[in-house]
Amino acid sequence: MKNRLKVLRAEQDWTQAQLAKELNVSRQTVNAIEKGKFDPSLPLAFRAARLFGLAIEDIFQDEDAF
Amino acid sequence: MNVKKTDSGDWESSQKHNKSRLGYWTFAWVVSMAIAAFGPKLIWDFAILPTVVGVLLNLAVGFGMIMANKRHLQGLDEMHQRIFLEAGALTLGVGLVCGLSFELLEDIRLITFEPQISHLVVLMCITFLGGMIAGKRKYQ
Repeated sequence: MKNRLKVLRAEQDWTQAQLAKELNVSRQTVNAIEKGKFDPSLPLAFRAARLFGLAIEDIFQDEDAF
Repeated sequence: MNVKKTDSGDWESSQKHNKSRLGYWTFAWVVSMAIAAFGPKLIWDFAILPTVVGVLLNLAVGFGMIMANKRHLQGLDEMHQRIFLEAGALTLGVGLVCGLSFELLEDIRLITFEPQISHLVVLMCITFLGGMIAGKRKYQ
């Protein structure tokens, strides 16, 4: 799954640690999500969407979708 | 884009609290295990009552440690829960398969010494540690 988390974080000038604190997860988890190594659960994706004021599909995209 | 700060709570301090609580329970369990193991021989000369109390205390503290570990696991974020779960599943599998095979080796006389539970505990600890390291590297 692709995501725009890194771009959105950079737009806010946040560090991974700051974003992690906002999302109630560890910095390592934010790093893994940004690198596409870990797919977040639906509640965490909703939290990220709520934080950035976007829809989930504006942040996370299915790579297999056509 | 409207950034809305969420109620992030104090996740890090809660993590630290859970970790230290697990550490205290583990230390208490090790101490209670030492009392139950060495007390009868070194302190009260195998008297029944203190021996039974020592074993019950060890079980009670062990149960407390299990609950502290459960709370610690529930307090982890979802990626760390997955790493913990995968390492735990690996440990359970390796412990079951290797433990039974090791025990079988004596029954079928391929080894002459008696397998000890401590061998299995060491194997499970090493497996869990390896599983945790592999999991952390996987998501790095």
